[in-house]
Formats: sequence, structure tokens, C-alpha cells
Amino acid sequence: MPWQRGTFKKIKQIPSEEHVFPGTALCAGCGGLEALRLAAKVLGDDVVYVNAAGCFTMLAAYPFTPFKGSWLYTTMGSAPAGAQGVRDALDVLIAKGRLAKDENLKVVVLGGDGSTYDMALSSTSGALYRGLDFYYFCYDNEAYGNTGMQRSPSTPYGARTATSPCSLQHPAGTMQEKKDIFEIWRAHTPPYIATVAPRYPLDLEEKFARAAKFTGPKMFLALSACPTGWLYDPGETPEVAKLAVETGLWPLKEAINGSVTHTYIPKRKPVEEYLKLQGRFRHLFEPARQDEAIQHIQERVDTYWKQVNG
Amino acid sequence: MAGEMMTGNLAAAWGARLAGVDYIPAFPITPQTEIVEALATWCESGAMAARFVTMDSEHSMMTAAGAAAATGARVFTATSSQGLLYAMEVLYSISGWRAPLVLVNVSRALAAPITLEPDHNDVLAARDSGFLQIHAETCQEVLDSILMAYRIAEDARVMLPVIVNLDGFYLSFTREPVILPAPEQVAQFLPPFRPAHLGFKASAPHALGVAVLGGTPYSYFRHQMHLAAMNALDVHSETAAAFERLFGRRYDVVEGYRLDDAEDVLVMTNAFASRGKVAVDAARAEGRRVGLLRLRMIRPWPADAIRDALRSRRAVAVLDQNLAPGQGGILFQEIAASLYGEPLRPRALCSFIGGLGGKNLSEGEFRAIFDQTAEAGVRGKGIGPILLYTEAEHREMTQLQALAGGLNS
Repeated sequence: MPWQRGTFKKIKQIPSEEHVFPGTALCAGCGGLEALRLAAKVLGDDVVYVNAAGCFTMLAAYPFTPFKGSWLYTTMGSAPAGAQGVRDALDVLIAKGRLAKDENLKVVVLGGDGSTYDMALSSTSGALYRGLDFYYFCYDNEAYGNTGMQRSPSTPYGARTATSPCSLQHPAGTMQEKKDIFEIWRAHTPPYIATVAPRYPLDLEEKFARAAKFTGPKMFLALSACPTGWLYDPGETPEVAKLAVETGLWPLKEAINGSVTHTYIPKRKPVEEYLKLQGRFRHLFEPARQDEAIQHIQERVDTYWKQVNG
Repeated sequence: MAGEMMTGNLAAAWGARLAGVDYIPAFPITPQTEIVEALATWCESGAMAARFVTMDSEHSMMTAAGAAAATGARVFTATSSQGLLYAMEVLYSISGWRAPLVLVNVSRALAAPITLEPDHNDVLAARDSGFLQIHAETCQEVLDSILMAYRIAEDARVMLPVIVNLDGFYLSFTREPVILPAPEQVAQFLPPFRPAHLGFKASAPHALGVAVLGGTPYSYFRHQMHLAAMNALDVHSETAAAFERLFGRRYDVVEGYRLDDAEDVLVMTNAFASRGKVAVDAARAEGRRVGLLRLRMIRPWPADAIRDALRSRRAVAVLDQNLAPGQGGILFQEIAASLYGEPLRPRALCSFIGGLGGKNLSEGEFRAIFDQTAEAGVRGKGIGPILLYTEAEHREMTQLQALAGGLNS
């Protein structure tokens, strides 16, 4: 039986109230910020965001923040540990009667893929292992973005970045496959993991609503289509985000206590349609078409979905 | 002397217990581990109403500690050596958050080569982090300093974290009689932690540790930290007076030992200062007018108290249990800087490096220090850095080298 949305069936059901306000220092067309804006419609304002170094660090730049909730910038490598400290302190203070129960907050880590896939992996693993009751929101733009697009372990094969340029030895640019952080998280069996994409708002809202029922780690991997780094016009973010899903490159799925469900089965357009939109893949098409590299990307996706569909 | 026999580590754990801390994120490292083991046991048994969490690294441990303190909990944690350095960037964050937790560092020399025994390169690496630093000589002082540290850290004029330092092995594993203050008296001394400007809650959201654009706001916040750290000198003196009234023990930012008529003064810190005092007694018995100044508070740097203690002396020797390669002793530099503007400064300042990696400081070495310092005072010209190494130690090392190189080589 296909996955059913219980709460969010129509766009009209998405609350119109905003919790992340405009006017931040982030790039126009930031897919990660759009995903966060949608997520916050379910998370609300009683939130403390615990941030790791990355693009989103610029959300709170003195004296402004776009949130009605709270914010704590930590380090690049330990935002989940910061979440642990805040969560534990809130619990202790409430238990000791020093903080009223209605002052309680959700603790939400905001980290980019550089932090999430690399430096904060130990800290995240620790929080998962300890069963910390928190949300983890990774805005994944598949590179170290805030420093100007260097390769991260999330950068897909075939993408050109500032540190994985195209060369005679490596004509496709990045030669490594994207690290599967979803599966790394799932190996810890947290109660809830989901991937989301900003172009699929009902899927996204539903997942945050479902996650709210669980105590423990609630892990989100948000596709953050990135005009600045992926090299396309900011107005095309919805299209890029849509094609990431429709080509099957960005599967929408969730894992409840380790059990995986794909929440949307795309008809799967050729990956080429997605790749062609973005400057980071232009070298695969010109000056000479790199059929082998494009085929490799397509085959990886085909293999993935073959396993999914059985 | 009355009191229970306990190690410096157990005294540190008692300090946290008596301070009524709410939260203890922990990570094991020798020689600190006994502290967190004791605390884990007490939290588990209900003897302490605190939450104990074992983290995945010191970096995570310090992040959790700072975040919990920023949320409004009274937080204690402890580490050593590599752990302190692994957490180093977080120390700067916590002081920037103005989160007043207490961290015990059990000094242990830094790798490489890796070792377990103490010197002070670990804790002094944190000297610019914005943490205040109190260095203890005895197990009793460890416990008492933790109680004082919370009161100083949480004072509205300060609101900065504090490191209380004790020497690994020589204090951490040495049993001494320790008087445990009565909890009711501690409650009189240490008010509950109710910070006016910290804490995350639904009704009063705020942002902490945010980015700043440009040097104007950055410098403002950093200047505030410096001014707050300097306030800790007065707050320490008030705290010391209150502590003495309640508990009868007095701790100042520096401790003078047989200084009254001393011509030459030896400056030391931490547990090895006890050996220095014995050496002073021995020299005094031979008719030498020497004394010892033990630095207890390292941050804020008690420049006035140091000048008052060293003014008009003939010569001063600073015995650094640390080494800045290519420079010399860290505390020597700071003492020299404090004395430069003093019109009646000592005629000679001498720098000695000793006790690295727990290396012994022998009677002979102390005698040599006193001799060379006196000569320097007479000449009016300082010496150093002198790297202390005895002939016996050199012979021992030569044997080790022969073994390392193969007996036939």
C-alpha cells in the first residue's frame, strides 16, 4: 500500500503563519531556507535552533534573527552536543521546578552537509546513540557552500566544485560517490528519519507532523537546491528541486525505527534533465559530451530504484 | 589536621557535589577519570540531584556543558591534557556565551611524546580563552576553589567560566586530609544559580553566539569579556573574605611563603609549590633569606598582587612547569611584563624550566636555583631560560637511548 499523508492532504492545509521571516543574508533562491520555512510551520516558535557553522550561520547576524524562537550558534563539529546540553538543561530545570513546563522548547539542530557528513559525525552519532530527544535538520546543498563550494562527502559524482575541478585525469570533476548519511543515521535506529525537498511541501509538512509523535532523535535531510553553488538562476530552484526528485536522484523517504518507506515513487525522468540545468554539471555536456559519466549516474539511480521496487 | 583522607580527584568531585550542580557532561581521560566516576556513582545513587551524561568526546562534552550553562543550569565538568586541547575551540565559545560553568583540569603533559604525568602546558594553552583560572596546591584547596569558582563565575559582574587546575598524579592521586564543608554552610556561601541574562525559554526567546559583521561589534563583546575578567579580581577578594568567615580558610590570588624579609623569591604554581616551600625552609635553615610566591589565580592575572609581593626584591626566579619552545617559560613572560613598569623592580629576573612531564624537582635543583638567582641578583642581570636536568637524569636518558638504538649500536 502506498504511503498516505494523514494530516497534509491539500496545500490549503499548510498554515499561512510564518515562523522564519524574510530579509536574511542568505542567497536568493536558497532551497534550504525554503525547506526550513516549511518545516517551521510545523515546528512553530517554541524552538531553540542549535546551529553548526555553515550558510545558515548567517541567519542570525547581530542584531537580527529571522526567528521568533531562540538560537545558539555552537561550532561546526558539535551542534548535536549543544542540543544535548540545552535539552538536558531544560529537562533538569523543569524537573526541579525552576522552569515552568509551558516554557519548554523543541531543540532543533541546523547543520549543513559539511558539518553533518564530515565534522559533526561523531557528535551526531553520540546524540543518536544516547537517544537524544531533538530534531536534526540538515540542509544539504552537496558541498561546503558558505566557503564557496568546495567538495564535501555529500557532493555527487560528476559535480564540479572548487576543490574537485575538471581535469584531464578527472574529466567528470568529483569522482567519489555521495556518502549515504541516511543509512549511516539508520544504522543507529533512531525513531524517525526522513528526506525532504522544498518542492514537495505536503510531503515535507507531513513528515514533520509525523516526527512530532516520536520521542528521541528526529532526523531530516533536506535537499537544498543551491543557485549560487550549483550554478543556475535563483528562479529555477523549484524546478531543480523538482527534477532532483522526479529523476530519482533524491528519493523522498522515511525510516520509522529503522523501517524504510519511500513516500513518493517518481516516474523517473532521465537524470540528464536534472544535470543539464546546472552549471556544476555543464562539463558533462560540453565542450564534449561525457556519455560514460552521465550513464554512470543514470545506472546508479536505476540500481537504487530497482532495489526499492524489488 | 582534621578531615577525611581523600585524593585531589575525589576532593574535586566533592566540590561539584557540594556546589549542588545540575548537570555533568563527562568523558574519561587519565588522570581525571576518578572525578567523573565518583560523580556518576553519586548521580546514580541519588546522592546528587544532577544529570550525568557521557559524551562522545571532550569537544562534545564542553559543547554540552556550555550549552546547558547557557540554558541556565549549574554545570560541572572535568578533563585533562589532550582532552582540554581537543575541546579548545569550545572554551572560547563558552566564555563568549558568558556561560559561568566550572571545569576542573587535572594537568597532564601534552603529546608528543605521549605521557600521563603532569606539567602545565595543557592548562596554560587555555590562558587566552576567556576562562578564569585558579591553580590549587592541596586537595583541600581543590575542593574549596571549586566552591569559590562558582560564586565568582556566577557573579553578575563576571559571568565567565572558570578552570580549577590540579596536578595529575601528584595531587589527583595523592590522599590528603580534606575537611568537607557542611552543606548548610555551602548554601550560605553559594547562592542558587539564577542568571538574569541567560536561559532559553518560550516566553523570552533570545539568540546567543550569533555572527557579527565587522570589528565594531566583535571588539565590543571581546572588550566586555576582558573587563568582566578583570572584575573577577575584586570579586575573588570578596569571595575569599566570605569563604574565610564561614569556613576559616583563606585563599588569596597569590600566596606568599616566608616572604617578609626575603631577598630572593621563587615563583611557582600548583602542587610542586609544596616542594618549593620545603626547599625554602631548607635554605632558610642555612641562613638564606629566600621566600616563595605561589600564583593561585592565573586569570585574571593578579598583576598588582604580584608587584606588591616582588617589589624591592634582589632577584626573582620563576620556575615554569611548562615550555613554550623557542620562547621559554610562559609565566616568566607574564611576570616580567608585570614588573617592567615597576620602579622598584627586582635587580634580576631568572627563568627556570622544570618538572616537565612530572619530572622530579630535587633538593639539588632547588639549591642551584637559589644559588644562581642570588648571583644574578648580585650581578643585576637575569638568566634563563635554564632547562633543569640533573646529571643522574642525563645518565638515565643515555641508557634509554642506548636501549632504543639497540645495544650494539
